[in-house]
Amino acid sequence: MKFWIGAAATVALAAGLAVSGTNEYFFYAGYVVLQFVVLATAWNILGGYAGYVNFGTAAFFGIGAYTAVVLFKAAGAPLGVQILAAACVSGLLGFGTGLLTLRLRGIFFSIATVAVIFIMHTAIVNWRYVGGATGVQLLRPPVMLPFDSYTRMLFVVMAVMAVAGVCIARYIEVSWIGRGLRAIRDNEEAAECSGVPTLKLKLFACTVSGALMGAAGAPLPMYMSFLEPASSFDLNYSVSALAMPMIGGTSHWLGPVIGAILLGSIQQIVTVTISNEINVLVVGVLLVVFVVAAPDGILGLLKKLRWLLRSSR
Amino acid sequence: MSKHFGGFAALSEVSLEVAAGERFGLIGPNGSGKTTLINCVSGALRNEAGSIVFRGEEVSRLAAYQRTRRGIARSFQLPRPFHSMSVLENLVVPLGYVVGLNDADAHAEARRILETIGLADKAATPSHRLSQVELRKLELARAMAARPRLLISDEAMAGLAGNEVDEVLKILFDLNAAGITIIMIEHIMQAVMRFSQRVICLDAGRIICEGAPAEIVKNPGVQKAYLGA
Amino acid sequence: MLFGILVGCFYAAVSVGLSVAFGLLDVPHVAHPALMVLGSYCTYLLGLYGWDPIVAGIALTPLFFLLGIAIYRFYYETFERRGSDAGVRGLAFFFGLAFIIEVGLILVFGVDQRMVEADYIGKSLSLGGYRIPWRLLVAFAIALLLTAALTLYLSRTFTGRAIKAVAQDEPALRLMGANPVRIKQWAFGIATAVTALAGAMLIVVGPVEPSLDRVYIGRTFCVVVLAGLGSMTGTLFAGLILGVSESIVLTLFGASWAPAVAFGLLLVVLGIRPQGLFGR
Repeated sequence: MKFWIGAAATVALAAGLAVSGTNEYFFYAGYVVLQFVVLATAWNILGGYAGYVNFGTAAFFGIGAYTAVVLFKAAGAPLGVQILAAACVSGLLGFGTGLLTLRLRGIFFSIATVAVIFIMHTAIVNWRYVGGATGVQLLRPPVMLPFDSYTRMLFVVMAVMAVAGVCIARYIEVSWIGRGLRAIRDNEEAAECSGVPTLKLKLFACTVSGALMGAAGAPLPMYMSFLEPASSFDLNYSVSALAMPMIGGTSHWLGPVIGAILLGSIQQIVTVTISNEINVLVVGVLLVVFVVAAPDGILGLLKKLRWLLRSSR
Repeated sequence: MSKHFGGFAALSEVSLEVAAGERFGLIGPNGSGKTTLINCVSGALRNEAGSIVFRGEEVSRLAAYQRTRRGIARSFQLPRPFHSMSVLENLVVPLGYVVGLNDADAHAEARRILETIGLADKAATPSHRLSQVELRKLELARAMAARPRLLISDEAMAGLAGNEVDEVLKILFDLNAAGITIIMIEHIMQAVMRFSQRVICLDAGRIICEGAPAEIVKNPGVQKAYLGA
Repeated sequence: MLFGILVGCFYAAVSVGLSVAFGLLDVPHVAHPALMVLGSYCTYLLGLYGWDPIVAGIALTPLFFLLGIAIYRFYYETFERRGSDAGVRGLAFFFGLAFIIEVGLILVFGVDQRMVEADYIGKSLSLGGYRIPWRLLVAFAIALLLTAALTLYLSRTFTGRAIKAVAQDEPALRLMGANPVRIKQWAFGIATAVTALAGAMLIVVGPVEPSLDRVYIGRTFCVVVLAGLGSMTGTLFAGLILGVSESIVLTLFGASWAPAVAFGLLLVVLGIRPQGLFGR
């Protein structure tokens, strides 16, 4: 019950902020952070719950963005339709990648996801309808009341998506599906012998994960009024989507949220104050540090802290 | 059935029949193909030639989890607990996925199974903290939770002390008394002798003899296989 | 076509280090191409002081050997020892490492391409109507030598065979008194040392930039998987297949599709025959 109250409150907060007089930059940056919440949560469904590491977040995200562009150019589709279509296409991509490689060991799935980035990137670069390597400019449709700016509206859209993503992740986590995924992560062979349909569950997680990533990408063209392959398929999306849950904690839905908000905010600050390259370096270093020293992430550290405090009493 | 890995024939035309309710022993030196055999039966591996018929149904094309749902369960030689889960939750997995119980019923039934094998006080313990013999029991308990008709126990007693072997053996006897067919793979001869009604011996992927425990022990081929030429 | 064969052999040599690290030792070493690019940049640095790239590559091998040992030691202590989540974390670790190396190179050298100069770069050999760039021939020759040397090492020497043994049956090796960790450490060191030379060849063959490691993840893993994990001879064949495929695609579809060939081929192999050509 507490969860639903929190979820509703978050959406209300986002909407409230959007119609308030807060600085425009806040929404600009906030959109990015919320976007990472969705990406990190999506990644964690397959990576954290099932233990299959996806390096290809950039591909699913980028394809989502390009699906939105195609629908907008071809049919002037509204944002809602774009998001749904993006989710379907990226979900299908996830399903296909999974079907090809989830029967094999985890590392082959991971390499295959790198392959997907390259192949999708190459395909888009060679597709003139979406502008190829140079990209495409977009004219945003007029924004509806009560929002003052398009960015504010997208901020709320992304907030809703973030909450929806977390709801989906949480549902999976506490359901039978989540237990099956955990069994797969702990010991796949034993899971199979305990009646868990491992391939089906993995495919399910992969598809849902991909779909969410695609949905997160759909508003990007409108956000930037512009879309080009180099930045949409940026490897930074892959690294961040992986680092954020690893830093926040992978076994609980709160982990990716914490990781995304923390790391996303740090990224915004560093990019603006220092440089984009240093920002990327920071993400990489934090990832390695946490993977080595704090494998259960921030949530794990908090748990240990609580245990320490309790036992010292 | 036959099974080969590349050019290596792990199993060559091994053919056997196990009657329902039987206590069946499978022995053989290391590398003779025992684990490969049960991997093929349980579905962890696919056999290249031959067929596996279980209760009248051809199952060799089915995935392992489907075979488990049809009643074939196995325990692993090196215990494979779901290490992030508690002992109780380890059992809830098959109770949910094979038997189809809901959360509450599964937890209750899991507790009952733990009582039967003597792990009830460890229900909330994370499974990675168990001792060797407790892990072995958990392996068997998890296989039991799948409510199998056939249980294959793969060296469940390896490395255990005398009284611990008796504990595990008692569990297997009780299961058989409840109607479960049991195939036991073991190196501990006295356990095999006490337990099995019929035994076969594998060597280098072939069956070298078959019969009652007393006969098998006297068979020169078996002695040669274990002690060398 | 000839181009494809030369480049293919080069790909084989570049992948041979990964064949050991991943094929034999089972380390999820996605940072392998990044280490190679690091080798290229070190070669470039030495080149600024007048070092010939091949000589520089050879000089770097002992340093990279030590680096390889250090990385393996760290990986083993942190991940393989602790069991449980090792797979995911090990993979994330190497991914992070690759990224850090790439960004580090960008920060130090910038994103522009770097080249190296030598007598044999820039000139071509005329052979029966074809002009073959000398730099490719040199790389091809070194690649062949390297692959042959490593194959011989693994099959003829005691340590080499120990490495192969540890890949197949670690408990047996332990029983024979050998320390598997030290052997694996040594093997990883060799794999990394070889990678230094591969990096030198890389910058001989063409200009390098920090993001080059990404496409080489595809190429090296494609070769290693197509070859069959742990097969050295297979690596040569697989490299040739990849090289020729790439040159065919290059001729038919143009340069923008060429990087996708390795990845596409990898996906095909994983889908149809994951154990590769000579897999165990």
